[in-house]
Amino acid sequence: MTALADVTVEEALRRIDERDGDIRAFRETYRDRRETGVSGPLAGVPIAIKDNIVTDRGHTACGSRFLERFESPYTGTAARKLIDAGAVIVGRTNCDEFGMGSSTENCAFGATRNPWDLSRVPGGSSGGSAAAVAAGMVPGALGSETGGSIRQPAAMCGIVGVKPSYGRVSRYGLVAFGSSLDQIGPFARTVGDAALLLQVIAGHDPHDSTSSPRGVPDYLEQIDQPVDGLRLGVPKQFLSDDNETAVNEAVQGAIDTYRGLGAEIVELDLPLTDYGIATYYVIATAEASSNLARYDGIRYGRRAELEPGEDLFDLYARSRAEGFGPEVRRRIMLGTYVLSAGYYDAYYLRALQVRRLIRQELDAAFEKCHALIGPTSPCTAFKLGEKTDPLSMYLCDLYTVNTNLAGLCAISIPCGFAETDDAPPLPIGLQIQCRAFDETTMFRVARMYEASTDHHTRHPAV
Amino acid sequence: MPERLSLDEVRHVAKLARLRLTDAELEQYRGQLSTVLEHIAKISELDVQDVEPMAHPGDITNRLDDDVPAASLSPRQVLSIAPATEGPYLAVPKVLPGEEP
Repeated sequence: MTALADVTVEEALRRIDERDGDIRAFRETYRDRRETGVSGPLAGVPIAIKDNIVTDRGHTACGSRFLERFESPYTGTAARKLIDAGAVIVGRTNCDEFGMGSSTENCAFGATRNPWDLSRVPGGSSGGSAAAVAAGMVPGALGSETGGSIRQPAAMCGIVGVKPSYGRVSRYGLVAFGSSLDQIGPFARTVGDAALLLQVIAGHDPHDSTSSPRGVPDYLEQIDQPVDGLRLGVPKQFLSDDNETAVNEAVQGAIDTYRGLGAEIVELDLPLTDYGIATYYVIATAEASSNLARYDGIRYGRRAELEPGEDLFDLYARSRAEGFGPEVRRRIMLGTYVLSAGYYDAYYLRALQVRRLIRQELDAAFEKCHALIGPTSPCTAFKLGEKTDPLSMYLCDLYTVNTNLAGLCAISIPCGFAETDDAPPLPIGLQIQCRAFDETTMFRVARMYEASTDHHTRHPAV
Repeated sequence: MPERLSLDEVRHVAKLARLRLTDAELEQYRGQLSTVLEHIAKISELDVQDVEPMAHPGDITNRLDDDVPAASLSPRQVLSIAPATEGPYLAVPKVLPGEEP
């Protein structure tokens, strides 16, 4: 049933030693096995977790100098559920600092590289987890996303990545970035494996008051059953001419595949697609500026040395300036600005209103179809150092941020490759978005495509 | 919406955010944040009159726990991860102005 059990813990650690020197997906690994891993649905399965999911071993650094030596006194719920299901956490993976980035380059400990082409980024911010799974080092991993940080690296690394509905997975033990947007989700090589991982980590948690009390359905029970009378919405904005040609061709191919499977394709117009980035970068940075206020140099993490005559304000301001990288500072500044006196109504309040409009537009779309499909990312993996302007990096998240703003679930699955004569093939991801808490349909729709194509069976040469 | 920030505005925001930045960094952020704010200005194109703000996508409000004591981290655990302590306390620089005692 599952390929998760195909790799033992010992084999995973051996592959990490062998393959991670160039890729640098892992920030630290755990060689002495603490978990028993003998029983449960994930018995003995080696799993990697993103470096912003706390466990009571090692250092949860979030890709940040600020937390470089931070040892969490507790293990978060999603990691705990993995361990209780028999999984063995073999290491923590590199990410953009505090999840802020789309390339896994904004890291205090160096960038991660794409296993398909080492001169390119793996996407981000959960790029380490995506690269580790794509390179076959582990069969599954956890990432997190606030605006696409699971789906986009899954697309760029040619694997499956799931953003669960807001409230489906507990955020207890996930280092906060944007609390109304953040979710933990799984990476795997197949839809079924991703569904099994989500099955294990989903559910209500008294430690997270935003986790949903709704029961978790059995995602695997009907996963191989095609959706009867499937209607797929294709918003015209999703196949924009601004996308890479190969991306549009692959997605068009996927649409044709679904049509061949009997699906009805419903053309839609979602004009608010183009307002997602503007709305997201107000709300996410506002929440980040508030959440990251906890890094004060007093309670945990980095503390600056003070000069004589400096006071408490200097301790805060110097610890934070020394501990945070440029992108984190930039987002804290932006978030602070949009919440500051005189700008709150024009930016933050208005963004919350546009967020409602986006949700309403999507709700109306789901009256006409079971799922929305389109590209996960407008482009394939770009070169390290290629995107130096922050806004051009932000615009990469065009097709993913609205899912988080609206609290929906979505999955990215492999749907083809950009092929050239003189460079390695670069994976392309198909995004399938469904209503909040309709992961069951999302997995079935994804599985229909996977069962009739072979893109997911292609792996990078490592 | 003013879309080009002045250096004084950026300096003020850095102070609010408790970030000590150099003049060169302030100047760099001034340019970058202005560019992002120009893009963000898109949201002012939309009519949002009478639209209720949406702070979060959940359908849950005000969940209350029973008022029952439960296990939490011990003071020892909390102090063990602090960068500076004095006895059973977190150490901080002097907060109130005045002479050292």
